[in-house]
Amino acid sequence: MPREFTPKVVTANALIEGDVVYLTSDDRWTRHLSEAELITDEAHAQLRLLMAEGQPNDVVGVYLAEAVAGPDGPEPTHFREAFRRKGPSNYPHGKQAELTDV
Amino acid sequence: MYNYSEFDAAFVAERNRQFRAQVERRISGALTEDEFKPLRLMNGLYLQLHAYMLRVAIPYGTLDSAKMRQLAYIAERWDKGYGHFTTRQNIQYNWPKLSDVPDMLDALGEVGMHAIQTSGNTIRNVTADHFAGAAADEIADPRPVAELIRQWSTDHPEFQFLPRKFKIAVTGSPNDRAVIKAHDIGLQIVERDGRQGYRVIVGGGLGRTPMIGKVLSDFVSQNDLLPYLEAVVSVWNQIGRRDNKYKSRIKITVHEHGIDDIRARVEDRFAIIRPTFSGIDLELFQEIKAAFAAPAFRESSVALYETAYATDPIFRSWCDTNLAEHRAPGYAIVQISLKAHGATPGDATVEQMRVMADLAEFYGHDELRISHEQNVILPHVHKSDLPAIHGILKKHGLATANIGLISDIIACPGMDYCALATARSIPIAQQIATRFDELKLEHEIGDLKIKISGCINACGHHHVGHIGILGLDRAGVENYQITLGGDHTQDAALGQRTGPGFSADDIVPAIERIVDTYLEYRDSADESFLQTYRRVGMPPFKSALYEKAEAYAAQ
Repeated sequence: MPREFTPKVVTANALIEGDVVYLTSDDRWTRHLSEAELITDEAHAQLRLLMAEGQPNDVVGVYLAEAVAGPDGPEPTHFREAFRRKGPSNYPHGKQAELTDV
Repeated sequence: MYNYSEFDAAFVAERNRQFRAQVERRISGALTEDEFKPLRLMNGLYLQLHAYMLRVAIPYGTLDSAKMRQLAYIAERWDKGYGHFTTRQNIQYNWPKLSDVPDMLDALGEVGMHAIQTSGNTIRNVTADHFAGAAADEIADPRPVAELIRQWSTDHPEFQFLPRKFKIAVTGSPNDRAVIKAHDIGLQIVERDGRQGYRVIVGGGLGRTPMIGKVLSDFVSQNDLLPYLEAVVSVWNQIGRRDNKYKSRIKITVHEHGIDDIRARVEDRFAIIRPTFSGIDLELFQEIKAAFAAPAFRESSVALYETAYATDPIFRSWCDTNLAEHRAPGYAIVQISLKAHGATPGDATVEQMRVMADLAEFYGHDELRISHEQNVILPHVHKSDLPAIHGILKKHGLATANIGLISDIIACPGMDYCALATARSIPIAQQIATRFDELKLEHEIGDLKIKISGCINACGHHHVGHIGILGLDRAGVENYQITLGGDHTQDAALGQRTGPGFSADDIVPAIERIVDTYLEYRDSADESFLQTYRRVGMPPFKSALYEKAEAYAAQ
């Protein structure tokens, strides 16, 4: 039996700044995980991944990251994705400094 | 110190020009990421968790004030106002934009610095004893030979596509402060029959398969050194494994073939290579040596120092902990701690970098060193200047008196920055330092080195920490394994695992139980943690960690 598909978001780093970005359902790249498209279907996930990989001029290092639905949109399930969403824990640098809604 | 020749400057400028064009082609879409990645890595540019990271080489850890000020300028102009000094004497910028990196490299080139071969499967930055040229126990300054190796290895046509990265460290002293037994090649300057030569140690390394290096040759003469090194790297380049990156480092090649087989192959290869070295390397070496001539040390009274030492307890404590013995009378080696309690190990702000550059220029014969322990050294300071230096350091958060103590922790960037990390390192270091500062115990505990890595690759040298901490991902939760009894010196040893790991919440109390056990078991305050561990072994520590855990929890 194949493992059951768990929800995912498409994520990457922005080409110039390196910021962590997520793919939205209307094909934009957002810095907010909460705005990302939460993908619940495996075939759709592969399509979205391919589409993201076809944008090397905007992003680098595209992959599918585990996420779950939260009250305000997708939330990380693993601590690595939690750090990517927010920024480092030793300084208020990165997205936590630039965005209020992370 | 060595300054770039016209050749060096032109070489770096040309590489920077090429990389600028490569970045432009990547941004325009003419290069894919797959095409661009090996090019950016050749120039020290990584993509990390939240941003790019630029790793700049500080050859053999030596800087002057102009270089340090330029590092500060780069941090201010293109980064977030600080730099991170690493365990390989490099500096890393954590937040550069891709489009700014060519300008950053040009700015480095202005002061004779670069990021070439700080990444990729090449010979990396050559590191050295951070007390080089100053230590009382030194046979010779290791930096001239380190510079010779830097010039030989930079853009060496045979060694641009090695099986894996290759790291060389050099010490000029029998007391190893450069961790030479945990490098692919470790060189120790030795004397035999009045001649200076090198003991060559090969196959050391940490990472997922830690190994202590083995002696390949007890004595290689200066005349033979470069062809001998070339023979070693050449043998490994041919037989090193390229099928599995976890088995590609020379430590595995030495382990699989045996040191005697490697030695025989190196000698065969050496016999072929040796005649191709015409002796120009020796002429060059003499020129380099002249560039590293010791400064003119002055002879003057140390009364000012002695008065301050007798009357100011804070100054005295700092001197007792942060100074090391200098070879010249009246001089001291000053170690500036980048480990203020609760701060990120190895980070220096732009302001701190400028202060250290000023101190080096005014009081320190314009010399600075970066240690693999992530601190900064003023190698040549007359003792009469120490009270003034201490006063200035205090104003800038740089006077923490903790060198070699429990809060002088090596920590890799871990999952706060690194894309390879499996757990965080920095917050663990911050919490341990803060906790033992609160307890006011660290001077009582004495010499104790904690080293923390946020993944199995061991950038934080955890295997050779007296207490090593390795952060792992266990079923989606950060988990920290402890090793005890590691040693990074000439008596290099790998730490032994205590048993199951601890959660992020439990790791600091666990370290506290280890320290309590040491204080309970040591036979006097003169017996260090490592000595006590070697005498009593693992059982009491294991018992304190695991059997008494519940008792502690109940308190």
